[in-house]
Amino acid sequence: MFTKQILFILLIINFNYVYAGVKINHWITSEGSKVYFVKTDHLPILDITVSFKAGSARDNSSNNGIASLTNHLMLMGSDGINEVDLANKFSDIGAQLDSGFDRDKSSFSLRTLKENQEKAIQLFNLVLHKPNFNKSIMDREKKKYLASIRQGETEPATIGSKAFMKTLYGNHPYGLPMSGTVDSIQKITSSQLKEFYDNFYLSNQAAIVIVGDTDVKTAKDISSKISTGLPKNLKSAFYAKVEKTEKKNINIPHPSAQAHLYFGTPIMKRGDPDFFPLYVGNYILGGGGFVSRLTTEVREKKGLVYSVYSYFMPFLENGPFQVGLQTSKDQIDQALNLVKVTVKDFIDNGPTDSELEAAKSNLIGGFPLRLESNKKIVEYISMMAFYDYPLDYLDTFSENVNAVTVNQIREAYKKRVNIDDFTTVIVGIE
Amino acid sequence: MDKELNDKIGVNYNSTTQAIYEKGLSMHLFKFLLLFIFFPISVFSQVHETKLSNGMRILVKEDNRSPVVVSQVWYRAGSIDEVNGKTGIAHALEHMMFKGTKSYKPGRFSEIIAAAGGRENAFTGADYTCYFQQLEKSQLPLSIKMEADRMQNLVITEEEFKKEIKVVMEERLWRTDDRPTSKVNELMQSLAFVSHPYGRPIVGWMDDLKNMSYKDAQEWYDDWYAPNNAILVVAGDVKHKDVFKLAKSHFGKIPAREIKGRKPQIEARQEGIRRASLKAPSKLGYIQMGYKVPALDKNLNNDSSDIYALEVLASILSNSSTSRLNRNLVNTSGVAVSASAGYAMLTRGGLSLFEFYATPSEGINDSEIEAALKEEIAKIVNDGVTKDELNRVKTGVIAGDVYQKDSVFSQGMLIGQLETMGYSHKLMDQYIKNIKKVTSKQIQNVAAKYLIDDRLTVVTLNPQTIDPNHKSQGKPHVH
Repeated sequence: MFTKQILFILLIINFNYVYAGVKINHWITSEGSKVYFVKTDHLPILDITVSFKAGSARDNSSNNGIASLTNHLMLMGSDGINEVDLANKFSDIGAQLDSGFDRDKSSFSLRTLKENQEKAIQLFNLVLHKPNFNKSIMDREKKKYLASIRQGETEPATIGSKAFMKTLYGNHPYGLPMSGTVDSIQKITSSQLKEFYDNFYLSNQAAIVIVGDTDVKTAKDISSKISTGLPKNLKSAFYAKVEKTEKKNINIPHPSAQAHLYFGTPIMKRGDPDFFPLYVGNYILGGGGFVSRLTTEVREKKGLVYSVYSYFMPFLENGPFQVGLQTSKDQIDQALNLVKVTVKDFIDNGPTDSELEAAKSNLIGGFPLRLESNKKIVEYISMMAFYDYPLDYLDTFSENVNAVTVNQIREAYKKRVNIDDFTTVIVGIE
Repeated sequence: MDKELNDKIGVNYNSTTQAIYEKGLSMHLFKFLLLFIFFPISVFSQVHETKLSNGMRILVKEDNRSPVVVSQVWYRAGSIDEVNGKTGIAHALEHMMFKGTKSYKPGRFSEIIAAAGGRENAFTGADYTCYFQQLEKSQLPLSIKMEADRMQNLVITEEEFKKEIKVVMEERLWRTDDRPTSKVNELMQSLAFVSHPYGRPIVGWMDDLKNMSYKDAQEWYDDWYAPNNAILVVAGDVKHKDVFKLAKSHFGKIPAREIKGRKPQIEARQEGIRRASLKAPSKLGYIQMGYKVPALDKNLNNDSSDIYALEVLASILSNSSTSRLNRNLVNTSGVAVSASAGYAMLTRGGLSLFEFYATPSEGINDSEIEAALKEEIAKIVNDGVTKDELNRVKTGVIAGDVYQKDSVFSQGMLIGQLETMGYSHKLMDQYIKNIKKVTSKQIQNVAAKYLIDDRLTVVTLNPQTIDPNHKSQGKPHVH
């Protein structure tokens, strides 16, 4: 116990030192884009990520898949340049273009050598500002979507997570499959993609993160060019509130060897006041790798699973808390019971003092690992920017974690997490 | 080839990712690109190295950009060293390494590293087994001390083994048995390699796992877990002299042991095409084709021009969305939903496969997709590649070298992989130079020499619709 406390103090000192390394410059462009810039000059490279509130939460059941398809097509030709020529222009200067997509967010990332920065950013801006949405390319990509959706209908993990989200969210767009359905994808037109782009790839809702070997003046210039070329619509709405749905127990047969379990319910969104107690608590319950209670009970003591986990996935609106595992079909009842007992016990009694101490020590001591490279910095700051985290989040993270008490965790779980509300989806039940 | 898998735990759970199918496949390819195409060559010129008196080697890469460190212990023991009837033992022992020593009870290793703010894991490959921790830099002594402890003091009990082998069997079901493309790959390797141990799955055959005992794990540990069969790699915000001193004080006391001889197990010459098909629940088909090709010779003075030509060819075929396979088969003719190629030029086992993977579009049968892939090979043989294609590969290698330095972890990975596979540092001085020398003519020559039916193994997936009468109605039923 004594050594652990010593350790803890040492880590906090080092922790402050880290932040000297990650200094965030923040400003807002005249078009309203939020910009976060971190200067790092050890390597002659630059990373930029631009995120939009244009995830699948913008879909509805009749155009489901439109947000994903728009994101996907934006990499396939811009400003009249065809997809092959455009991609080759990036390759010719060793620049890398990438995209990301989830329920809340559509994002694009550039990585370039400093020496080719100007050329690379010009190309990146073509991608962001002037997508072709070519009809024949769209038709070709739709076929791939359909193939993927139909293939997913045979895969237990895809079947399970779709059924789980649909049950949790009912008619809310979070309940829709992110890549759409066979019917909805077929109906989407290229002019709808253009319209979707114009409505949701907005300068006043964009988050721009720049990390690398450049100065504030250049970063301001870069962000202003990115921002100016984007559509503008000050009236655009945010996502719909999540309504509570009725919990269900769903069993889906499948010839797989293992049964897959999905167990949980919507609990919290980004910026939730109970975030820290719930988050630190979940590290102890099912988030902390090999040392969580769920892993100890279900894997280490009984050998029932290769992996078992729990997590909160806060979205812009209420995101799910979820427990998951896979186990041989004949063990699924035993595994599910063990999960229920473990989760219930945690909600009722909370963690022990020593568990909380170990959790804090991991989360605080391990924080430097989250910011150890330019790539990780750009990813982490992009998350902060997109979800409007306070600018001092990095500086206050350790204090916030450190302030959490056993009692706060117990109260937060009792108040917020009700196991009787959990939906259960099992794919591959006997 | 499936050169590496099996983390102690698979931690990539992101329920919101319902990935597009071809993205899933390209992740598979990504591994090849990252490890075998874009070497961070200049990393290696700054590696500090020493050898302890017991034969253990220590390699340190200083990188002070961030106050973190990665520590990796690599053992030259992988599935390639296993014998029939005991497949999967290298990986099973890897799991047992977390189950306690004379000083620490089972699971304690993970608890201590976690409480120090660390992340840790292990993985087993065909050629090696690696244990690693990522930590804030002041915690390095903890990691070194505990790795030295489990190198010599592991306690393998029957009770713990019986539980853990169940976990390993669940892992096999999850990784392989319930994944049609993984099963195709397993069958492909076992068909392509008849006498070479690369034919056996790293995770092991299920029946071998069922019959494995704690005594087999003890035997494996006794055979291979010795300082003279291990390498310590440390990368991050450290001083190499401090690491040398630390390593000496903990690992230096462990006595060297005789490591038993390894048989060459050279693969018998293939004489004709080999084929198989595999039934599994799926909507789409899948094809994997592997041509037997050499890996880079351990003696770097020998002629390596064929190897580098194959390396560049793999990249021209499938390095990006505009590479030949994606452009021609997926985007232009549309016969495939996804198509890619890969080549592992570095292996301990001395040989490799040049592989193609494709998911045919609906309505395209196995022989049509195979013909389309072979047509791409024929185009290379007949017409070579363009100057632009060659330049793009070379530009990518040079830029990739800079980008790779952003990750301390992957710098350590590369050092450890090369060393356990038996390659010298000097390789790194040659890599970009040799890539730059590759010509279109050389690529034509290697395609004509190696990508021929007599060296080919083909496995196709025969998709089975899920029986709607399999229990209940086949539709989700709610109760």
